Amino acid sequence: MSKTASHHPALQHYFDDLKQQHGAATMGMWAFLAQEIMFFGGLFAGYTVYRYKYFNAFVEGSNLLPIAWGGLNTVILIASSFTVAMAVRCAQQGLHRSVFNWFMATMVLGLGFLGVKAIEYSHKYHDHLIPGLNFQWDGPMAGPMKIFFSFYFVMTGMHALHMIIGVGLMLWLIPKIRAEKFGPQYYSPIENFGLYWHFVDIVWIFLFPLLYLIGRHL
Amino acid sequence: MTTTETPASPASAGHGEVNYLNHEYGIKSWLLTLDHKRIGILYLITTTMFFALGGLFAGLIRLELMTPEGDLFQADTYNKLFTMHGVAMIFFFLIPSVPAVLGNFVLPLMIGAKDVAFPRLNLLSWYCYITGGTLASFAIVAGGVDTGWTFYTPYSSTYSTGFVSVALMGVFINGFSSILTGVNFLTTVHKMRAPGMTWFRLPLFIWAHYATSLMMILGTPVVAITLLLVALENMFGLGIFNPELGGDPILMQHLFWFYSHPAVYIMIVPGFGVISEVIACFSRKAIFGYSFVAFSSLAIALLGFLVWGHHMFTTGQSIYAGMVFSFITFFIAVPTAVKIFNWTATMYRGSIDLKSPLMYALGFIGLFLIGGLTGTFLSTLAMDIHLHDTYFVVSHFHYVMVGGMVMAYLSGLHFWWPKMMGRMYNEAWAMTGAVLIFLGFNLTFFPQFVLGYLGMPRRYHVYPEEFQILHVASTGGATVLGLGYMVLFVCLVWSLFKGAKAGPNPWTAKGLEWEIESPPTPHNFHETPIVTSEPYAYEEEDVLLADKGSH
Ligand code: HEM
Ligand SMILES: [Cu+2]
Repeated sequence: MSKTASHHPALQHYFDDLKQQHGAATMGMWAFLAQEIMFFGGLFAGYTVYRYKYFNAFVEGSNLLPIAWGGLNTVILIASSFTVAMAVRCAQQGLHRSVFNWFMATMVLGLGFLGVKAIEYSHKYHDHLIPGLNFQWDGPMAGPMKIFFSFYFVMTGMHALHMIIGVGLMLWLIPKIRAEKFGPQYYSPIENFGLYWHFVDIVWIFLFPLLYLIGRHL
Repeated sequence: MTTTETPASPASAGHGEVNYLNHEYGIKSWLLTLDHKRIGILYLITTTMFFALGGLFAGLIRLELMTPEGDLFQADTYNKLFTMHGVAMIFFFLIPSVPAVLGNFVLPLMIGAKDVAFPRLNLLSWYCYITGGTLASFAIVAGGVDTGWTFYTPYSSTYSTGFVSVALMGVFINGFSSILTGVNFLTTVHKMRAPGMTWFRLPLFIWAHYATSLMMILGTPVVAITLLLVALENMFGLGIFNPELGGDPILMQHLFWFYSHPAVYIMIVPGFGVISEVIACFSRKAIFGYSFVAFSSLAIALLGFLVWGHHMFTTGQSIYAGMVFSFITFFIAVPTAVKIFNWTATMYRGSIDLKSPLMYALGFIGLFLIGGLTGTFLSTLAMDIHLHDTYFVVSHFHYVMVGGMVMAYLSGLHFWWPKMMGRMYNEAWAMTGAVLIFLGFNLTFFPQFVLGYLGMPRRYHVYPEEFQILHVASTGGATVLGLGYMVLFVCLVWSLFKGAKAGPNPWTAKGLEWEIESPPTPHNFHETPIVTSEPYAYEEEDVLLADKGSH
């Protein structure tokens, strides 16, 4: 029993057994996520300062963002959290085929999110709202408006970049899933990918209200 | 599985002596290595190159300051010189020095592990460092950066010249090298300790690196995003830090120091770890108050996140905020002092063996003490209004960073050199280097305290004539200091070719890294060690010897 475990092909030589390796991978991932929280934290801190300072401009800017698209993307990401969680579960149970299917579903949802984002960005382009590219605002508070849109683009841009990296990771993992490398004994790459994906989802859960819903009333 | 060779056969130490240096040859075996020891060596070589580059800039700065007039360089050139000096030294030498060179090499050995938890990430971290370093060097060659190492807006945005965004991207990418090292060390310490290596048996070097990893993981990403915002501001005029659009340049300083104060501790706490090892070994005593020293590292790491405002007393931040920052800054001197007291208490009645590593460690204690105490001058609100942005500050941070961290790094380098290279250096020359460095350092930087106190501002190349004598003294000191580094360099390189074989434990030191061959085999340990004794069990052994003698 334990003999086969210690000879698992995925076991790296510098670990004693798969349990230790799994523990290390999980811990490393959480440490990395802590890093990510601080990274986005810097942006959220800056956002908070200016939202407090220029609340009216932020309301006005926020009202220019399409709730429908943002809402759709929120639904998409929550759905993808579900699919990725299922993928992890299936990997733990050794259901290779299902892992693959859930991964494909996650991938489609992720790409869908990015597609919607691309549509939104192109609208911003037409409306001359992209700082550094074609920002134009003739009304009052032009400066703070520009700052709002700067935050909008940096925050959603960083988030989208994380989504793209996530899709890249899936492309890297899918051949391994096909080759049935993961199973009840060894599934940490899938699980860690799941953690990463959930993290990126959670960031969006914060971004959506903070950017799209300021001062809106039903 | 496929690549793992069983370490059983080369183990038989007698014939051939397979070690991590000679088991593979060729540039590729180095550039693609996953071995923590080789990665440590890669860092050693590359950080030394940046140290030389930064040193060159420093030499030019000191040369210009020989005379009150700006005769050697234009003001613009001078701005570029001190900026590039700071960037090279802080981001590309001092931050990676102890953790990435010594930490990479000995941390896994000390806890009885075959490697760090993520060897691939470890190599990636070196590539981040190299990529960042290349970009920064390109910025230097292409036109220079003149913002100061702090990249304050609007110097780095509205009024930027040269290649500020390129340099910013370089520092940004380099940040990930720190982060990855932090993630790696944190996980390695948690998960890879040998059986019996409990938390309170960890050498203090490990505790120090544990605390450092926390700061690297939690602080570095904040400066990364800040510098990214500055770069975007610079390239696209976002307005976030631009007052013309309602942005706030002070916010940039807050975000910057939120990282960069912890970063100054990233630049000293690993050094504390080295000093603990060296003092214990060369006093033949266990560290006095082990757990105090261990926890003071953690305390420093946590408090370090709460004091950034002491860099901004003069920026018009709220006076109440200033008072709180001032208070916490005083408070952080307490865990620092705990360490100093404990090291001196360790040496008290120890059997001192004054070898070059200890020489550097003693230099560290004295110089760091001065640096830390002048830090408390600066934390005093009213004093800082007078001293801020003067040479007093310059001298303060050189006492802690060069007098502190560089001395600690050199102490550790001399201590573990025999382990890393398998050779002994010439002790007399090493001592000469240490003494020259100590004297040269003081001659360079002590006059700067006086200069600053008298009102000489930092970052100017023209100054009133009455300051000249102190500046000349400082430049003279810098020459001696430079000479000291040369001696040290030649002495260490010489040892690689002519040094006597070191043997596993030339200092009869305690710790798992001394129980294996020098240089270690590729997989470090032939079999996983089992730890049964407390750390720094120097006295036990000596008592045993004494017992034997009396029978
Ligand atoms: C007892 C510990 C320390 C205290 C109380 C302290 C306090 C201070 C204060 C108040 C300042 C701001 C001075 C000003 O700009 O007006 C300062 C600047 C500085 N300190 Fe410290 N410090 C301590 C230790 C350290 C250590 C360990 C390091 C690095 C290894 C360090 C590096 C620096 C640097 C680099 C600056 C100047 C940054 C710049 O403006 O370029 N300090 N310190
Ligand atoms: Cu500070």
